[in-house]
Amino acid sequence: MIHSDLKTLSRALKEKQISSVELARLFLERIARLNPELNAFITVDEEKTLVAAKAADLRLASGSAGMLTGIPLAQKDLFCAQGWRTTCGSKMLENFVSPYDAAVVTKLEHEAGMVSLGKVNMDEFAMGSSNETSWFGAVKNPWDKTCVSGGSSGGSAAAVAAYLAPVATGSDSGGSIRQPAAFCGLSGIKPTYGVVSRYGMVAFASSLDQGGVIAHSAEDCAFVLAAMAGFDERDSTSLERPPEDYSRLLGQPLQGLKIGLPQEFFGAGANAEVVAAVLSAVEEYKRLGAKIVDVTLPNSHLSVPVYYVIAPAEASSNLSRFDGLRYGYRAPDCNDLREAYTKSRAQGFGAEVKRRILIGTYVLSHGYYDAYYLKAQRVRRLIADDFRRAFQKCDVILGPTSPTTAFKIGERSADLVALYLSDIYTIAVNLAGLPGLSIPCGFDSNGLPIGLQLIGNYFAEARLLNVAHRYQEATDWHTRRPQEFCGEF
Amino acid sequence: MNAWEIVIGLETHAQLATRSKIFSGASTAFGAAANTQASPIDLALPGVLPVLNKGAVECAIRFGLAVEATVAEKSVFERKNYFYPDLPKGYQISQFELPIVQGGHLNIMVGQGEKSYEKRIRLTRAHLEEDAGKSLHEDFHGRSGIDLNRAGMALLEIVSEPDMRSAEEAVAYAKALHALVRWIGICDGNMQEGSFRCDANVSVRRPGASLGTRREIKNLNSFRYLKEAIEFETRWQIETLEDGGSFEQATVLFDPATGKTRAMRSKEDAHDYRYFPDPDLLPLFIAAEWIERERAALPELPVAKRQRFISDYGLSAYDAATLTASLEMADYFEATVRASNPAAAKLCANWVMVDLAARLKREDREISEAAVSAAQLGGLVARIADGTISNAIGKKVFDALWMGDGVNADEIIAKQGLKQITDSDAIEKLVNDALAANPGSVSEYRAGKEKAFNALVGQVMQAAKGKANPQQVSELLRQKLSTN
Amino acid sequence: MSLTILEVERIARLARLEVTPAEVEISCQQLNGIFSLIEALKAVDTAGIEPMAHAQDACLRLRADEVIYRDEDGTARALFQSLAPEAENGLYLVPKVIE
Repeated sequence: MIHSDLKTLSRALKEKQISSVELARLFLERIARLNPELNAFITVDEEKTLVAAKAADLRLASGSAGMLTGIPLAQKDLFCAQGWRTTCGSKMLENFVSPYDAAVVTKLEHEAGMVSLGKVNMDEFAMGSSNETSWFGAVKNPWDKTCVSGGSSGGSAAAVAAYLAPVATGSDSGGSIRQPAAFCGLSGIKPTYGVVSRYGMVAFASSLDQGGVIAHSAEDCAFVLAAMAGFDERDSTSLERPPEDYSRLLGQPLQGLKIGLPQEFFGAGANAEVVAAVLSAVEEYKRLGAKIVDVTLPNSHLSVPVYYVIAPAEASSNLSRFDGLRYGYRAPDCNDLREAYTKSRAQGFGAEVKRRILIGTYVLSHGYYDAYYLKAQRVRRLIADDFRRAFQKCDVILGPTSPTTAFKIGERSADLVALYLSDIYTIAVNLAGLPGLSIPCGFDSNGLPIGLQLIGNYFAEARLLNVAHRYQEATDWHTRRPQEFCGEF
Repeated sequence: MNAWEIVIGLETHAQLATRSKIFSGASTAFGAAANTQASPIDLALPGVLPVLNKGAVECAIRFGLAVEATVAEKSVFERKNYFYPDLPKGYQISQFELPIVQGGHLNIMVGQGEKSYEKRIRLTRAHLEEDAGKSLHEDFHGRSGIDLNRAGMALLEIVSEPDMRSAEEAVAYAKALHALVRWIGICDGNMQEGSFRCDANVSVRRPGASLGTRREIKNLNSFRYLKEAIEFETRWQIETLEDGGSFEQATVLFDPATGKTRAMRSKEDAHDYRYFPDPDLLPLFIAAEWIERERAALPELPVAKRQRFISDYGLSAYDAATLTASLEMADYFEATVRASNPAAAKLCANWVMVDLAARLKREDREISEAAVSAAQLGGLVARIADGTISNAIGKKVFDALWMGDGVNADEIIAKQGLKQITDSDAIEKLVNDALAANPGSVSEYRAGKEKAFNALVGQVMQAAKGKANPQQVSELLRQKLSTN
Repeated sequence: MSLTILEVERIARLARLEVTPAEVEISCQQLNGIFSLIEALKAVDTAGIEPMAHAQDACLRLRADEVIYRDEDGTARALFQSLAPEAENGLYLVPKVIE
């Protein structure tokens, strides 16, 4: 049962083959047993989970259940959930029990009736690509526990890959859904900016952050995305669009689909095994009837520098509210207000967060704003314009998600610039606000999954998901399971 | 000496009369229990987001139209970053590069009566922003208390050009602005509750020289403090400079108890606000149609009303300005005219500006709390205008109305027998009696002492209990004194 | 370009982060490493390019001026203040604000 896709789980629940409580218990039992090895969950609360599962069973019994009612999920620990500790992977919020629900929590849990198994680990305030910046420790990759699970939604990916949850929410500001999905052999989608409400999702870089899903297949992603997306008047950047069924195009043929290959994504930076796997996926797409066209994203190499100006700038301001006055960590023995600020923030934030706050403070400060912040905003537009031009020639853009497969825990913590550059293929998508997804397309010689990235035009999620789905109908990469965690059920 | 020119610019924060806060749905009502009007958004809980209140934008548009400014088609909200306990997000959402109201001006009347003059004060801009909470410095075991009910209230910050040259002009500007924001209904103007407060940028220079170093006096919440603070500050600056000293640009506070200003923050801790466009808020676009809808909904503005009072009622510029100091005053005046007649407008103006105003001042009341209604006063003025009573008797009637001794002037005149004596036989008798009883005055008058004439008039009026028509009395007296 | 120790101290002060001299030293090196990456922007010709502050070119949506948050009895306040390091009589308590 734990390996079932969401359609199967939904049917099993509706046909009373299993109750939501029973299903939740199955996963809770696995979490209790396996999480200590992986460190995917930060907070588990059996009682709360079972209360929600019981409520779901009532809905199932009364016939008011939706497709996802009763299905468990893991919530990335930056979605505020009332009564749940919401830490953002930070000591700053170690004891913060949210007094309110994020829009995503309301939609998935209260409206769709999904059952939260708990809050999953993440890089501190979503700042990182390896989940090593979490105050609660690194998450281990279920495919190789000496490797990172990716980040920042590393807990989400590890939990789903190890079947501790059938699906998990994530957030993606520079690749934080797609890269961990790639590292853990999963499917993950970041929709167009503005499709999923950011209300209650603790902000890292507001103009880049977007909620999304990590699951075993594009199809599962489509079901969950449909339930979490939608206009929210509480988020001024939420787009007023009619609700969309993201699974509506699933199964449509790809005949005539134009897939753009940006030369910049296949250059010297990418690992040869990764490139080979991606290119064989291209061959598969040709067999499925797609046409391959060359496109160019000439400014994409600037996306990392642009990102490391804009994201820290926004973050430095977003994180000012964590001052230890109204909630969160307050350092002991502060003699005056200044000490309360500087000590609480110095002790409450980890090194990477502080580094980015310093970068952001600097690029916004007097005398540097034009040279850095404004300049980065202009280059951001150049990057977005590259995509606009590319989409005049193709329907989707295809490339690797990450230049490499999962790296060893600790391997890159000394070389920040190398770590930052590992997000080179994903960041541009956030800068432009486009939808992007990652699906598995093979394994390297160490048995680690390789991710394939598909980028769509604005609001092309349904099409993007079908492009991924057709590939998954033709291949079985997404059904492979990590030996150690494939489970005995 | 005195060869100093004072240069003043004002930054005024008008709290907008919206029901809810500028970025949250919490109430703006004054006086609620601490932090019960601080929503998750106002508390800056993790993950919350701002959504702009349309009402606040409407207020800004109305203001822009009232000062003949440009209402920006596109304006941008930015974050002003600094740490303070009453600023929960660690930044204030404000407008910086592209404010909603750009330019504009306010015509003010400075001084009293004859010596008054009109002056145009240019506005730089007005922008929307959120208010901060309150720090309560009473001792809570060595702690300060923070109340965030005020955090997130909508403010319009109105910035003038440094066009004022004296504390008097600054106060006149502040009063005119205060009247205007109330006039167009965007601010209740309650200064005690902090709904309208001024920061004054003050510098001095030798005439013709470039601007001197300025110091900003923060948070002046009464016109009196504004005046006293500027006067103290300019004196201090001039004395410092004349003593060969100098001072740095600074923010200062005014202490009403001592009447002095003192520097608040040292330069070392100078702020670097790191403004940048708020990524949570998209640019605000205001369509021309919206502006036109607001224009149509605006009441007649003070300047237009002033012009109309001059042309329709023949009032002087000063009287017109005084009567348009507030919408309530202007409305009261016009209602008075309606209740009397247009020909008596000048008389109505005098009654409103002099008698009514004095009475209100004595009792420390607002015009809305006047015990004599405009209809009652109009009825009274009508009786003066048609000669039923004299102006002097009018004051008696006014007092009686104020005390509630009658529903209208006619009733009081009848009840107290105040109708003017215009019957020439009766007046002749009074005059004859006075002449007979005061031979001394008569001879003094004839010897050329004009004062004696007034004494005789006084005698007649006294005998008539003030009710004789003064004009008839004078005429008849002169006639008799010249012929006899 | 190169950040100096003094500049790192200045921005740490602005950001209200306490830093030890050793941390300043390390931060300075790390930040300079990151800025060497960022310097690539300098060479880009962006003349006439409108800065892009948001992921979409949309305009701001407004909400009606209505009170939708109510807490007359202070229930929500009590919940929120249960999260506070110090609160009393409905107020958040903070170390003395010295002006």
